[in-house]
Amino acid sequence: MSPLSRREFLSVGAAAGAGLVIGFYLPHGSRGAKDTFAPNAYLKIAPDGNITVVVARSEMGQGVRTALPMILAEELEADWKQIAIEQAGASTLYGDQTTGGSASVRTTWDPMRKAGAAAREMLISAGALEWGVPRASCKAQNSAIIHSDSNRRLTYGQLASKAAGLPIPTDPPLKQAKDYQIVGKAIPRLDVPAKVDGTAEYGIDFRVPGMKYAVLSRCAVAGGKVASFDDKEAKKISGVSYVGKVGDSAVAVVADNVWSAMEGRRSLNVQWDDGPNASLNSAAIYDSLKKASSGKSATLYSVGDVSKVQGRRIESTYELPFMAHAPMEPGNCTAQFRGSACELWAPTQVPQDVRDSVAQVLAISPDQVKVNVTLMGGGFGRRLEHDYGVEVVLVSKAVNAPVKVIWTREDDMRNSTYRPASYHQLSAVLDGAGWPIAFSHRIVSPSISAQKGTPGDGGIDPDLKDEAGLVYSIPNVVLEYVDVQTPVPLGWMRSVYALQAGFASESFIDELASAARKDPLDYRLHLLANDQDVRYFDTIWRTSRMRGVLQLAAEKGGWGKGLPAGHYQGIACFACFSSYVAEVVEISMDNAQPRVHRVVAAIDCGQVVNPNILEQQIQGGVIYALTNAMRAQITIDKGRVVQGNFDDYAPVRMNEAPVVEAYFVPSSEAPTGAGEPPVPPLAAALSNAIYAATRKRVRSLPLLT
Amino acid sequence: MADITLRINGSQHRVSVAPDTPLLWVLRDTLQLTGTKFGCGAGLCGACTVHLDGGAIRSCSIPVSQASGKNITTIEGLSANGLHALQQAWIAEQVPQCGYCQTGQIMAAAALLAKTPQPSDDQITQAMNGNLCRCGTYDRIRRAIHRAAGGAQ
Repeated sequence: MSPLSRREFLSVGAAAGAGLVIGFYLPHGSRGAKDTFAPNAYLKIAPDGNITVVVARSEMGQGVRTALPMILAEELEADWKQIAIEQAGASTLYGDQTTGGSASVRTTWDPMRKAGAAAREMLISAGALEWGVPRASCKAQNSAIIHSDSNRRLTYGQLASKAAGLPIPTDPPLKQAKDYQIVGKAIPRLDVPAKVDGTAEYGIDFRVPGMKYAVLSRCAVAGGKVASFDDKEAKKISGVSYVGKVGDSAVAVVADNVWSAMEGRRSLNVQWDDGPNASLNSAAIYDSLKKASSGKSATLYSVGDVSKVQGRRIESTYELPFMAHAPMEPGNCTAQFRGSACELWAPTQVPQDVRDSVAQVLAISPDQVKVNVTLMGGGFGRRLEHDYGVEVVLVSKAVNAPVKVIWTREDDMRNSTYRPASYHQLSAVLDGAGWPIAFSHRIVSPSISAQKGTPGDGGIDPDLKDEAGLVYSIPNVVLEYVDVQTPVPLGWMRSVYALQAGFASESFIDELASAARKDPLDYRLHLLANDQDVRYFDTIWRTSRMRGVLQLAAEKGGWGKGLPAGHYQGIACFACFSSYVAEVVEISMDNAQPRVHRVVAAIDCGQVVNPNILEQQIQGGVIYALTNAMRAQITIDKGRVVQGNFDDYAPVRMNEAPVVEAYFVPSSEAPTGAGEPPVPPLAAALSNAIYAATRKRVRSLPLLT
Repeated sequence: MADITLRINGSQHRVSVAPDTPLLWVLRDTLQLTGTKFGCGAGLCGACTVHLDGGAIRSCSIPVSQASGKNITTIEGLSANGLHALQQAWIAEQVPQCGYCQTGQIMAAAALLAKTPQPSDDQITQAMNGNLCRCGTYDRIRRAIHRAAGGAQ
């Protein structure tokens, strides 16, 4: 299998979303019960009036099971109370189903709108035909077609079977934002009631009759293998029914229940061949990043010529560690191997990748692999991998029974894929007034995609095209990237390279403001003062939109308006995934450690679909980023990940969680990313606040070690 | 293996399990009460919080044998219809994102309110600090607890 890179997936998905998906409309009557109106793969209207919207992205907390149906329901003129959702598994009907890259709303915005609008138009036609009146005299409203002239009304349920026989419009008219009744409203999430009474079923909860449970002993060193194992003691544990190798680098213990499997693994004796990375350690990795910084680079962006600029030069370096996603639901997957076919129940962000990987490892056709997508207890990019899917089908095949593999927290921490460590060299030249006339940023970091076998063109990791732009108007700029190979398994973690790029770049801008003896907000606004479009790969960044979020965050955060004694503020802004975010962080210092009291965030992500969910994404992104900044660090010693659980990889708890206020710049632009853009500014804004308090510049993360 | 009797959500259950099995896995695997979640297995995250004789405990870290003879309450038994004041407040404040930690959060909050019907911010922090949330819902959790306590919002 030659998987596309995540970014290629997303762009293909976007293209498919815009045009092809409509082409996937199902033939009438091929789906659902008799008389059900199913004009396309996203929508079913039953004669009883119930409306089912198919969600073809994975719900990991970001609200897609509510936000995506809202988009369709708006165009359908549906009564929201009649909407139920159905989760799509791996399919060929919806284009790319990858849930990542803050892309769910932005890539389904058009197909969901068109799916709803096409159905609405057909229902209007059905009503007009039913009554024998001109189509133009009928309108759709609240799940019904209304003929005002005769005061007649037929519900969508009543019209469902008639509508099903009508031609499907290919280019239905779309509503104007001013007429929206559902989009833009803080509609309560559909998934919340089940999440507060314990009935919500996550991957780890899913059961198949006769299912066995397995835990795996995996080699702690990447690239290592099982040399031999002794299962005598493990098999003495009551309930343990099987012990066997899975691939080259793991041994599975299968039992009747999770605890027996865990106890069996504790009693299992595995001899490991640690392989070529047995002496790897973090210090050597950081050294390799620094050494590589003087090597060959790829240019991400260039304007003017920084080499010719003379003036006051400021230089700085920044460093960030490997980090782990650590979603609350540990890794797990359930599978039933059935000879030439296989079915999985997977908490996954990539059902199609799971399908294809499983098909390959079992040497069966992908269409014989059914992947059901469960609710996820967080993802943050960890479930963009498909290791859990591959190993569980191998265990199921070995024991010829349905199996659930469960990862412990330590398994999840130590056998994960990690946000790559990075090293940043920044350099600027200031003119006589202190404004930068040259700006250089060289990012040195292992390429996630290259490690997975899909290096980007010209040595540029494809994710950098969404995550490392610079929006300021500076006449001479060069942004560069240096790939460094590492054996540490790499993965896409919430905001990916934007966290590293944003921390380094926005800390450095603060250094420049300080060198120029200017206010950090004024300094940034000056660099955004002229309306300018900055083309960075496929994105046109607008200085005006960045200015807008900065001004909004500064206004709401009371920048420069006076603070309680001992309180200090820092500010930062960053743009990624086509959205703009600025954050103002307010802290005090307590024994040389920052205490974060308040974070004010402003986002411009185009049309807001659901302000409640968007606020959640911002609050969540800020708290996630605060953990990253304060403590998240994966270190390697003797080839092994040192951290194991929430004691030595300690996320922010309630006592450290600030109030997070979220504000949105009003916009009628198409929606852009929301899940990841709130992450990158936080570490820089916090570090800049620490500088304001202490005059000490933070140049490496985590802040607390 | 041992036969152990458990009183869970007001009903008696007889289970045959190894006596050192953590209560969490008996609830989840044996009794299929999967509203109680596995998060860390070490009492560090609170996702597995249940009540033992009214107090909040981490079910991953207590052997089932020690729970025998006591009143165990899980999220499934917190209220007859899933509409405990805290559950209503959680819905009103739209607390959950991924939701995985939230049943444990609610059980911790319920134990707090049972003892301290009008908790201060500090009391809430103290009671809830053992419950991790990676989606960052802490501020809404605090608001929901105040709401359930009848405090001003």
